[in-house]
Amino acid sequence: MSDNGRVVRVASGQGFWGDDLEAPVRQVEGGPIDYLMLDYLAEVTMSIMQKQRARDPNAGYARDFVPLMQRIFPACIKQGVRVVTNAGGVNPRGCAEALAEAGRTAGVAGHAKVGLVTGDDLMDRLDSLLGEGHELRHMETGAPLCEVRERVQSANAYIGAAPIVRALEFGADVIVTGRSTDTALTYGPLMHEFGWAMDDVDQIAAGVVAGHINECGAQSTGGNCMIDWWQVPDLAAVGFPIVEVGADGKFVVTKHHGSGGWVTRASVTEQILYEMGDPTTYITPDVIADFTSIQLDDQGDDRVRVHGITGRARTDFLKVSIAYSAGWKATGTLTYSWPDAAAKAKAADRVLRERLDRLGLRFDEMRTELVGWDSTHGALAGEPPADLPEVQLRVGVRADERASVERFTREIAPLVLTGPPSVTGFAGGRPRVQEIMAYWPALIERSVVEPHLVVDVQEV
Amino acid sequence: MARVQLVHVAHTRSGDKGDTANVGVIAYDSEHYDLLCSQLTTDRVKAHFGSMVRGDVERFELPNLGALNFLLYGALGGGGTMSLMNDAQGKVFSTALLRIEIEVPDEVARAVQGRGRLPPAG
Repeated sequence: MSDNGRVVRVASGQGFWGDDLEAPVRQVEGGPIDYLMLDYLAEVTMSIMQKQRARDPNAGYARDFVPLMQRIFPACIKQGVRVVTNAGGVNPRGCAEALAEAGRTAGVAGHAKVGLVTGDDLMDRLDSLLGEGHELRHMETGAPLCEVRERVQSANAYIGAAPIVRALEFGADVIVTGRSTDTALTYGPLMHEFGWAMDDVDQIAAGVVAGHINECGAQSTGGNCMIDWWQVPDLAAVGFPIVEVGADGKFVVTKHHGSGGWVTRASVTEQILYEMGDPTTYITPDVIADFTSIQLDDQGDDRVRVHGITGRARTDFLKVSIAYSAGWKATGTLTYSWPDAAAKAKAADRVLRERLDRLGLRFDEMRTELVGWDSTHGALAGEPPADLPEVQLRVGVRADERASVERFTREIAPLVLTGPPSVTGFAGGRPRVQEIMAYWPALIERSVVEPHLVVDVQEV
Repeated sequence: MARVQLVHVAHTRSGDKGDTANVGVIAYDSEHYDLLCSQLTTDRVKAHFGSMVRGDVERFELPNLGALNFLLYGALGGGGTMSLMNDAQGKVFSTALLRIEIEVPDEVARAVQGRGRLPPAG
């Protein structure tokens, strides 16, 4: 590799909000790394955070991140490990403030800088953007956003690596962003380290692939790995991925020596295909990567070399993640036992539907599944056998009106004494009514977003 | 020729983008990639899923990885937070494709016997 063979190690510490809380600690303590990226956001996550901020203006970010940093902040500063995260969610400022407080508690005051990236939040600008003719049409249906404008709860642009690079240049030790694109948490530090320019499309595309391999945590190192899953070693202490990247963009996927899991051609390939669309056109804010160009060499000993990656120039648009309230839903479950478990569950479903019908309740959708038989393979599961030991009846409803969903939740428990026999599993009480925050993906010209991005780096 | 279930020839990974499920199919043995290409046509995959996939099926080839990627439109009951499905994000959707039967030469059928399944105890 060029650049005197120097490699930069970017370690993955979280693949989603709710991931293994010990993994980032193991990454920092288990061996040398240069950067720790923590990805907390998914399409659904932004909607959840938005609901939390609606109830509490101080919420709306990945709260797990703050106590985590309190634990690892001193070690990160001591070892020079810089942390890049999109934990900020829909409230990056609140997250950065809590982080600074955690840093002071951890004793790094005067030794650490926190970088805050804002400007991805388009909510306050939404009406002026719509007024200027930005229709924010739904990427799948083509419908203009004005159709649901009054129900929109949040709107965030997926932003690229430029603000991360700037914050690193300003000396930030921990960088908190909102809706940074997941892969930028990995390739941002690489652009900073190697000075890649925007027209170094092949290198940045390689960084995107590295980011895609990092962004779901252990899903590339043996977790959720289908191939020979019963042989994956020591998943209890699974090692999260680390990419060792050179200046030319070629890299090795590995994990800390002695950690659990495995890194193989197959484990990496499975992750590459996760959430894949058209593999020739993997669009990010900074480059379009061609995933069909990827070459993998399994070097053994938990090391897979990745090279050959090509990219093309970025588009003029950024994707926007919009959440809007789209009614209410609830899901109720009951467990039926042998004999004839599935027949009893289906009979209970018929009774339930008839009662809801007699109550005059109407739903936009009602769905019945038998968990333990057809909830994952649908009709492909065929007819359930009479000797099935047990099955869980799972009924969900969705409606615009909360009241009808609320009433549905009161019709589940009565089935225990008024429906078919051999039923249990209702101890959890009534099902919870959930407000639906639906996802509305759209595109917007980058030129109306990027001038508003602000990078603020401050001493803890 | 013999008919074998895909589970013996390939492993899979799936995920979601809104109401679209993606199903990545990876040949255990890269020599079987061409078999996947010829057997797993969009028409056959669409027919296999039947009512589980309301929209089209699109296929992409990744020969370097010995893999195919399918996009199944309208497969997740509205997707994400809207869906009432247990598997609302299509996390295990790909395993339903492992049930499909494909035609392979007899020697391939013999070679892949038992592959992809937990070996019998003992």
